Amino acid sequence: MSPDQSQGTRMVKILPPAKAPEGSPSGEAGESAVKIAARDLNFYYGKFHALKNVSVEILQNRVTAFIGPSGCGKSTLLRTFNRMYDLYPGHRAEGEVILDGENILASKNGAQLRAKVGMVFQKPTPFPMSIHENIAFGIRLYERLSRGEMDARVRHVLTKANLWEEVKDKLNQSAIGLSGGQQQRLCIARALAVNPEVLLLDEPCSALDPISTAKIEDLLFELRETCTVVMVTHNMQQAARASDYTAFMLDGTLIEYSGTTKLFTTPSDPRTEAYITGRFG
Amino acid sequence: MGVVARRRGVDVASKILMGAATVVGVIFLFWILWTTLKFGIAGMHWDLFTKDTPPPGTDSFGLRNAFVGSLTLLAVSLLIGVPIGLMGGTWLAEYAFRSRTANAVRFLNDIMLSAPSIEIGLFVYAIMVAPMGHFSAVSGSVALAVLMIPIIVRTTDEMLTLVTSDMREAAIALGAPTWVVITKVTWKAASAGILTGVLIGLARISGETAPLLFTALSNQFYSTSLLQPIASIPMVIFQFALSPYANWQQMAWAAAFIAVLFVLLLSLVARWLLGRTQELK
Repeated sequence: MSPDQSQGTRMVKILPPAKAPEGSPSGEAGESAVKIAARDLNFYYGKFHALKNVSVEILQNRVTAFIGPSGCGKSTLLRTFNRMYDLYPGHRAEGEVILDGENILASKNGAQLRAKVGMVFQKPTPFPMSIHENIAFGIRLYERLSRGEMDARVRHVLTKANLWEEVKDKLNQSAIGLSGGQQQRLCIARALAVNPEVLLLDEPCSALDPISTAKIEDLLFELRETCTVVMVTHNMQQAARASDYTAFMLDGTLIEYSGTTKLFTTPSDPRTEAYITGRFG
Repeated sequence: MGVVARRRGVDVASKILMGAATVVGVIFLFWILWTTLKFGIAGMHWDLFTKDTPPPGTDSFGLRNAFVGSLTLLAVSLLIGVPIGLMGGTWLAEYAFRSRTANAVRFLNDIMLSAPSIEIGLFVYAIMVAPMGHFSAVSGSVALAVLMIPIIVRTTDEMLTLVTSDMREAAIALGAPTWVVITKVTWKAASAGILTGVLIGLARISGETAPLLFTALSNQFYSTSLLQPIASIPMVIFQFALSPYANWQQMAWAAAFIAVLFVLLLSLVARWLLGRTQELK
């Protein structure tokens, strides 16, 4: 499926304002359409039960952050949204993850799903090719562009990822030579190049210095104009700075999910409060 | 004697022993190089490259048919061995991982790695030379390819396993199908290492004589036919060095010298390639 076709399916579904469904962020529900909804989601790594009946709704064109101590299941949850777990035998999800009205856990085609749901990983993962080719790789999976069109698209996404000015003179050099922060922005640009509707970020800044982190956080804010952004982070300040909604997870369950300001100032669950005030995790 | 003094004594003794062992190993290497250089250089003659092997007991020189024969044998074994070895190693690293079948295949491959080359020659004699009714270059290439395949399988498997799963996941997260991930990303990431394996395999088979005894045999005349017996450098060394004729013996040394240079060159290129990969990481 070409990204252009997928643009057409990006419809806005306004929630019924009456009663917020289970798992939607309290307080601000109904303000935006639901892009992804997990319902009674359970996840198993072999016998280990990593997600326990998680129900959560991710709102369109917002930045949603998942926080929680290591091993709480936040990355696992993120990786069900693009079915990354498919790669590994023994990893198994039960329940429903609804994306645009379709249960993605039941659909066959993972590659098609991942065209729509992009992902950026903890460690920057530039491919061993030039900066230009890193971006073009993804585009070529879906579109045949002329040289000029490809150059324009590469420039467009690099600009969008706030990287163009730094790399415009060395597009044909290896991406391995970039700094960690630049590599990570390249990975974001690469993910954006295929026009995803959702962008998943798994601790995108944990390997970066504060200045690179600030650049990426600014970028996330801009990205929600065109994308639904879901981010997993270890860094509570980052969640507080860069997200609209924050979800707190513990031991494979969703404890609390609300507007970021509310979660960090007046959490309703004592465990959330204990976590954000640094008493564990 | 105090503890410190005793430890120092053991330290010095082990340093001397290990140093001596290294020197013994290196001495033999240089001895071999020196001997082939000394005898080989006397036999160096421009006619070696332009004329074919002369009759015994004359003053003429010539190895053209053996050089062309060796290059033909090596080229054809590369054509057979590289695709099979590459695909086998890729299957192990990218599809079979640590499964039981994969580990069984790895074990068998390791046995093949150390299989006596004369046995491979006998095997190819039985399956190709006997049914065809005569010796042939193609059977020689098959024997050499069988020797090379396990080396390529092993290095391909190891080099691909070194490519981080992050990079695979990043490519899959863009919606790339497995075959694109392998051919465009992981092969590329491991290319220098895989090529090194091919060169090491090539160096190994370029000096093999035993398997050729039963397959390609040798040829006094210039031939490029794959269906006829073909001359080769190792066979010429074997045949000429054992002969009582001075010009043949001198040519055997010259051939040995050139063969050593060839292997040295291959090893240097392999080292350089491997060094380059490590810089990239």
